[in-house]
Amino acid sequence: MIETQGLRKAFGKQVVLDGLDLTVAEGMIFALLGPNGAGKTTTVQILSTLIRADGGTARVAGYDVARQPDAVRKVIGVTGQFSAVDNMLTGEENLLLMADLHHLSRREGRKLAADLLDRFELTDAAKKTPVQYSGGMRRRLDLAMTLVGNPRLIFLDEPTTGLDPRSRQTMWQIIRDLVARGVTIFLTTQYLDEADQLAHRIAVLDQGKLVAEGTPDDLKRRIPGGHVRLQFADERSLGLAASTLGVGAGTGARDDEALTLRVPTDGSVQSVKAILDRLDYGASADTAVEDAGVTVHIPDLDDVFFALTGHINMQNDTQNGSQPAKQKGAVR
Amino acid sequence: MSTLALTFRDSLTMLRRDTKHSLRNLMMTVSGILTPTILLVLFNYVFGGAIGAGLGGGIHGSYINYVAPAILIMAVGSGCATTAINLVMDLNEGVINRFRTMAIARSSVLNGQVIGSVIRTLASVVLVLGAALLMGFRPTADLLAWIEAFGLIALFSFAITWMGVVFGLIGKTPAGANSLSLIFQILLPFTSSAFVSPDSMAGWIRWFAQNQPFTAVIDTLRGLLLGTPIGNSAVFAIAWSVGIALVGFILARTIYNRAPAK
Repeated sequence: MIETQGLRKAFGKQVVLDGLDLTVAEGMIFALLGPNGAGKTTTVQILSTLIRADGGTARVAGYDVARQPDAVRKVIGVTGQFSAVDNMLTGEENLLLMADLHHLSRREGRKLAADLLDRFELTDAAKKTPVQYSGGMRRRLDLAMTLVGNPRLIFLDEPTTGLDPRSRQTMWQIIRDLVARGVTIFLTTQYLDEADQLAHRIAVLDQGKLVAEGTPDDLKRRIPGGHVRLQFADERSLGLAASTLGVGAGTGARDDEALTLRVPTDGSVQSVKAILDRLDYGASADTAVEDAGVTVHIPDLDDVFFALTGHINMQNDTQNGSQPAKQKGAVR
Repeated sequence: MSTLALTFRDSLTMLRRDTKHSLRNLMMTVSGILTPTILLVLFNYVFGGAIGAGLGGGIHGSYINYVAPAILIMAVGSGCATTAINLVMDLNEGVINRFRTMAIARSSVLNGQVIGSVIRTLASVVLVLGAALLMGFRPTADLLAWIEAFGLIALFSFAITWMGVVFGLIGKTPAGANSLSLIFQILLPFTSSAFVSPDSMAGWIRWFAQNQPFTAVIDTLRGLLLGTPIGNSAVFAIAWSVGIALVGFILARTIYNRAPAK
């Protein structure tokens, strides 16, 4: 459905995309994952014909985005990072506007608008302008407007940034329903759990380059396994446990300042039980050791991202990304 | 559907959108339409006595006869600011980016705004005309001259509105767009034959006043409505209008279609 080769884009001296190769098959949810500034929105803008790449080629549904933009536009729908709705029109009028622009008859338009309002639980807000909507309602209206054109491929640029957990869940369910109807979804996100939950394939983008691509499980398999983290109350019990479990000093697994030990595990009950049994046996009757805190850490996409890019600025960037006042992606 | 039919249909859709915006933003719409009428009242009742005395009646008979055609054209100039501000506000909305990724006639977004603006400007012109007639404006035009007069106003309005679109596109903020519009809203009208005869102006500015578009259009309009001599003003008025419209139209489309920078 999407194929890019060596896609490049720079704004002035700042290189945003540095040779991007992507392949997205029809009917899947493809997630482009990366921190702010990685080039996610730029990728969507190029693929959706909003801006032109400086180099490389991109084909959407078989059409070249630079040479056949109108053919591409007929196939796609775009829901931006910040809701691309008309704030001066009511929710219903926004949908009718889309129906008019898709050249539906008045009757078809009214019926489709009513259906979409119902499907996205916006019927009660149909006569209100989006200014009075919650963040989740705006995103739903935005997506409903995209669906008026019945697109085969939908770009969702950070569809849940700034949404509360419940609205996020609703949006996820809507996305799953769309794919069940055969729509291909190209999703960008800075939330690892979102990509993990939704995507069939994930591409990790960092500083304009792909650093990894595969299924969520593929990516998780590419990094070291999980561990049990033991937290002790004092140095004496830390030392006792370390010698019992055979964790040497200075290996990185023992942290004398934080009073913790990291012991490898695959995350199964059996393996965790084995570690605790050894601890229990080796330091029998030492209550200080028995008071240790236990956390089991299974590798998630945070670990993947850290392992792949060597930096972990996702959290910081998440805060930047949720400032709705700054219209990222608004293009003049 | 042919390209032309598609453009027409999408432009109509955008015009409906623009009309809804005007109705939602009623304060701005009404004040925009009303402002020229207030100017007319000011110029006739506040400054009219003094300036009119300076003009000495002349071939126009009274100052209201002299100033009313000018205010009709000033209504066109203030339409420019409304267009520019509306456009900036619209471009700052994400919905324009949505339009850019849809298979619609690309020019329809601007077309809708321009047609909507011209309609609002003409409403404003009719209001000024009504007020002027109440205040003693006595045009002598026959039906044909009235039609020509309205044609000229519509053509000039179309031209100035496209420039308003350009100002909106390059102005970036409502304040920036408004500042640029002052060229047509204040600068050119006041340095034209609108309020005083250019003959009474100082050297270089007299030359400018005699040769700029507002003077040509206003003098032509006076001729059509009052029967005063038009001379070659009509040719210049039409040439200026067509020229400004073309420049505005081409600039606006080029800037709008240019790959948007981040």
